[in-house]
Amino acid sequence: MAEKILMKGNEAIGEAAVVAGCRHYFGYPITPQSELIEYMAKRLPQVDGVFLQAESEVSAINMVYGAAGAGARVMTSSSSPGFSLKQEGISYIAGAELPCVLVNVQRGGPGLGSIQPGQADYFQATKGGGHGDYHNIVIAPNSVQELVDMTILSFDLADQYRNPVVLLADGAIGQMMEPVEFREVTAKNIEKPWASTGLHGRSETNVINSLFLKPDECEKHNKHLQEKYAVIEKNEVRYESIHVEDADLVLVAYGITSRIVFSAMEKARKEGMKVGLIRPISLWPFPYKPIEDASAHAKAFLTVEMSAGQMVEDVRLAVGRTKPVYFYGRTGGMIPNSAEIYDQIVTIMQAKGGK
Amino acid sequence: MTEKLFAIPATLKDIPTHYCPGCHHGIIHRLVAEAIQELGVQDKAIGVAPVGCSVLCYDYFNIDMQEAAHGRAPAVATGIKRVHPEAVVFTYQGDGDLASIGCAEIVHAAARSEKITTIFVNNAIYGMTGGQMAPTSLVGQVTTTSPYGRKEDSCGKPIQMSEMLSTLHGPKFIARVAVNNPANMAKAKAAIKKAFEINVKGEGFALVEVLSTCPTNWGMSPVEAVSWLEKNMLPYFPLGIFKSEEVAK
Amino acid sequence: MTHEIVMAGFGGQGVLLVGQLLAYAGMLEEKQVSWMPSYGPEMRGGTANCSVIISEEPIGAPIIAEPTAVVAMNLPSMDKFAPSIKTGGVLIINSSLISTEPNRKDLVIYKVPANEIANEIGNSKVANMVILGAVIAATDAVTVDGAIKAFQKKFASKPKMFTVNEQAIRRGMECVINAGK
Repeated sequence: MAEKILMKGNEAIGEAAVVAGCRHYFGYPITPQSELIEYMAKRLPQVDGVFLQAESEVSAINMVYGAAGAGARVMTSSSSPGFSLKQEGISYIAGAELPCVLVNVQRGGPGLGSIQPGQADYFQATKGGGHGDYHNIVIAPNSVQELVDMTILSFDLADQYRNPVVLLADGAIGQMMEPVEFREVTAKNIEKPWASTGLHGRSETNVINSLFLKPDECEKHNKHLQEKYAVIEKNEVRYESIHVEDADLVLVAYGITSRIVFSAMEKARKEGMKVGLIRPISLWPFPYKPIEDASAHAKAFLTVEMSAGQMVEDVRLAVGRTKPVYFYGRTGGMIPNSAEIYDQIVTIMQAKGGK
Repeated sequence: MTEKLFAIPATLKDIPTHYCPGCHHGIIHRLVAEAIQELGVQDKAIGVAPVGCSVLCYDYFNIDMQEAAHGRAPAVATGIKRVHPEAVVFTYQGDGDLASIGCAEIVHAAARSEKITTIFVNNAIYGMTGGQMAPTSLVGQVTTTSPYGRKEDSCGKPIQMSEMLSTLHGPKFIARVAVNNPANMAKAKAAIKKAFEINVKGEGFALVEVLSTCPTNWGMSPVEAVSWLEKNMLPYFPLGIFKSEEVAK
Repeated sequence: MTHEIVMAGFGGQGVLLVGQLLAYAGMLEEKQVSWMPSYGPEMRGGTANCSVIISEEPIGAPIIAEPTAVVAMNLPSMDKFAPSIKTGGVLIINSSLISTEPNRKDLVIYKVPANEIANEIGNSKVANMVILGAVIAATDAVTVDGAIKAFQKKFASKPKMFTVNEQAIRRGMECVINAGK
């Protein structure tokens, strides 16, 4: 077992990327993810990697496009306003099927918003963000250790599916320190015969491209993408389920919010209330099935987010009209505390006649 | 016994292009392909295509290519070059792509002296989208978005990219050439080859701006277009080498 | 026992470092720990605080609503965080900079003249380490050996700093113990 070290979330992502074999990073500074770009600036030269501070987020994502298309394991990171700027490039990356890991340490929005933690980029991350029919694989860790493990997983998923993976964190998880260990990793070495590397004797040229001028060819490409997304939906749903089996009320939350919700749930359980928690780890593909299954016995659901209500739409899709889905959110960089959430639990439980 | 005097270079695919009659892209493609061929680096060349008329150049070069978003070719090329430092990476961009939407990318790639070659085709108009005003359209030039002619007081004067980029410390070679006659074609070929030689040697950033016609969107015959270029573009976009080690000495 | 400790002061007083060392010591003692800073555009002179949780149990929310202990390095920090402390909790005041009496009677309050003690030791920079010692003595969240070990690991490249900082930690502890803990 590796020695535990105390690390900031942002820095842990950086080290995990290095462990995963990422040797190329292109980024632009923005609060609250700057520790990550600074970590990469210091760390990558130590492992003969390439760190480059781009002139903008737009350039950074296009450098990622070039590097990913050239066959490298590559990463960029930003926070909400900067991540918006990357959306054009992400659409191209999805269209050209380039593997890469994109980190969004979310803050309050819209616009410049605030620099405090937020979760209001859920729609952007899971429903597209850029133009066209595409999906990012979206992973939302809730601890510094999980940031490490999921960063490494993200690189593998990206290569396996030739798809961008968004690691959706937030200012709280990026800034906090927790003990982490870097377990032995066997980096998957996936061949990339499609990459543009120079011909080197190959007779057919490799072209990295998302343009299909003929609409029937473009539709064919879209069908191919949708088939790939269906496989990902089948294989890559990840979630954590706690005390859901007997729960009258099922809480749904992801990322840092899930931990605050967990504390509220524990308190409610001690008070004898049957409350459980489903924590989506993959936000796309979303764990519709476990939520749908829970709706067979649960009387109600409560989704908690640091947003005005985004993931709750997916929870409602999963639950359908059979059971009420309540929502509690804070916005603009405000973090809900467990007492607020506990109060919500009590109110719902009383209305449902349960203790 | 016959000797083959003229053939398509192996670096170009033997397929028809979509370019309009009289457009200079075909000539410029060939000069780029010849330079790569003559330097013997086809195997390690990686090109980046722009958005604009030459978007499909990835279909024409017999070279590994990446298609970039509008204006972002220098950033994409940077990403490629940083992964494969031994590769000969180049961008092929038009005036809207490089001088308008991609201004930041080209300036910073040049400033970093990114070890890539940029072929910048300036025809003073947006071709693919149907003849709109470009950052290099001349004052008074009529386009679909400057139907009364480009007005200096509201649109300014066209950007002279070669001159502007030459003020940076990064670039090793910047030249403006034209392919309006055989003599200029020879000079253009020499400049493009020089830019790729610098690339092969890993010396730094090199850019060749090539003035080009756009008969279709200028609303002229190919012959008229060449004389319009000579009469209107050459005075404002003078040909020559703006930056090179020789100039520095 | 779960310790939920908020440390607050103005930027540059070293409260974030004290919090990190507490968390580090807790980790070395095989406890569950988390450290969460406030962050903002101020780099120097603004307010700074951090939340440290040290527990035998896995930590849920890393954000503290009701601290078991608060360290106030200056008056605005006391005004901001003292009202939220759990009944029976601990309030440690840097009495070098705070002369106002806290208005809560349901807390265990320690007044530590951290700056004076640091000056007595001969290094005004170690006032935060005096406070670290006080927190350890007042809460038993970690052991003093754990804290010293954490310091030596974190500043492994600066062994010259060890003696004076250890001295500061022990003086802070004495201050609390002499106050009748």
